[in-house]
Amino acid sequence: MLNFFLLILIYSGIYALMAIGQNVITGYGGMLSLTQAGFFAIGSYATAILTTQAGWSFWATLPVAFLISALFGLAIGLPTLRLKGDYLAIATLGFGEIVRNVLNNWDSLTNGPMGIQRIPMPVILGYTINPYKKYAFLVMVIVFVIIAYILFQRLARSRMGRALAAVREDEIAAQSMGINITKYKVYAFILGASVAGIAGSLQAAFTLSVTPGTYTFMVSVMVLCMVVLGGMGNFKASILGAFIIQFISYFPQLTGLSSVIPPQFKQILFGLILVVMMIWRPQGILGREATRYRKRAVSTTGGEQ
Amino acid sequence: MILLETEALTRAYGGVVAVNKVDFEVESGLITGLIGPNGAGKTTLFNNMTGLDNPSSGKVWFNNKEITGYPAHKICRMGIARTFQNIRLFKELTVVENVMIGRHFKTGKSETKGRFLNAVKSYVMLREEEEEIYEKALDWLDFFDMDASKNELAKNLPYGKQRELEVARALATDPKLLFLDEPAAGMNPQETDHLMATIRKIRDLGITVVLIEHDMKLVMNICDTITVLNYGQKLAQGTPHEIKKNPSVIEAYLGKDEE
Repeated sequence: MLNFFLLILIYSGIYALMAIGQNVITGYGGMLSLTQAGFFAIGSYATAILTTQAGWSFWATLPVAFLISALFGLAIGLPTLRLKGDYLAIATLGFGEIVRNVLNNWDSLTNGPMGIQRIPMPVILGYTINPYKKYAFLVMVIVFVIIAYILFQRLARSRMGRALAAVREDEIAAQSMGINITKYKVYAFILGASVAGIAGSLQAAFTLSVTPGTYTFMVSVMVLCMVVLGGMGNFKASILGAFIIQFISYFPQLTGLSSVIPPQFKQILFGLILVVMMIWRPQGILGREATRYRKRAVSTTGGEQ
Repeated sequence: MILLETEALTRAYGGVVAVNKVDFEVESGLITGLIGPNGAGKTTLFNNMTGLDNPSSGKVWFNNKEITGYPAHKICRMGIARTFQNIRLFKELTVVENVMIGRHFKTGKSETKGRFLNAVKSYVMLREEEEEIYEKALDWLDFFDMDASKNELAKNLPYGKQRELEVARALATDPKLLFLDEPAAGMNPQETDHLMATIRKIRDLGITVVLIEHDMKLVMNICDTITVLNYGQKLAQGTPHEIKKNPSVIEAYLGKDEE
């Protein structure tokens, strides 16, 4: 039971990283993207392949996972820039599926649907972070989440965060204020992708095996739900959303009711939560983060929509 | 000195020629009016000069440099700022944040490189830069007597104030040339008078102003020179006095006397 709870916390942390990335793209940049599963898979496979086939250590694969995901973020960001709203969602949705299909079929590199097993455990200063002893792994994940949170928070409060907000609010006006909107949209994609890549590395190190079946479209949807549920444009909220959604999806197992409640239950519940949120609290549980320039303003006006 | 000039600027949308071979020029330091009946191509001309739209043919010169086809953000950085006919504020941001965005490209330690690393840099650096942007933004709000509402969301401002905020935001980019697209639209006579005083104040700061306006009282009062467009073509150009008497302008506005 406690062990299971720790597992939920670890997954919450891994997904929180992805949600932080999604929040940059959707919460700040205002772009509805459904790519996180793709970048997550790329990060996982980068770590899996490099550790098992090239004998690298887990830590050395992190920057590689980061860079490859960032590169794919750039590759996705550039051509989809002109698209907005649901069109962008459809275009980006395809990307995740392409990644999964490539992983499924590129047997020589990814071992196809069988996936890659026996990924070595991360070692730090001679201490092995064994995922079966969950405490150490949980600490590692929490450290990653905290670092990501601090970096992204800093970024959001800088001029870049404001530029992204301007692009979200009105692209034409932002352009006319000297903001290179193409650049900032691509930045948002690259940042969101790279942090999801890191999440993928952690996932590989936690499960010690990767199979394409893990990285389905459902992952992207869950991450989007986390951001919407917590509150767009608020990194704390993304982390909170990640925890709540993970908790809900493991709820049947946690309470020992998995024989009574079918696994489809969680999809129904996600849908229900989103509908309820859209009706009563469209800005999410925590709402957009109040910067120092609008301490009161947001709370007095209610919804963001 | 000619600050901005277009040379046979044409913009056609399929078969519709919205702007047809217009030679438009803006004298530095003056207030230039751009008038014409609805659909004459005034806003299209504005958009083509500010990079939001690209001309089908013709050239645009600013400060003796050709800027035809430049993207909007580059043109803004060169010193042309604008407002919009239907207000385009960043509605969910506060008043002061709107103006701070106008300072965006003025800050960041380098224009081209290292901006990303800059953003993640030390807390102190970030704060200094923010402080600098914030102070400048407050100066412009002060210019419009809007300090009191600095922390309100832009969408909650009354209409007239929203128009002023758009001008403040444009001015925050330190432009040499300011385009105002129907600044007096929807204003009552008192607000219009106030606006006239403001535009004169802006000119006195050394900023050249070009404005599209339908309010003839305002145009005739403050413009030093006026260009008239009709059906995408330049109809006339001259001082307010000359324009008032120009028979083809009268015809365009009131129609021809049929006898």
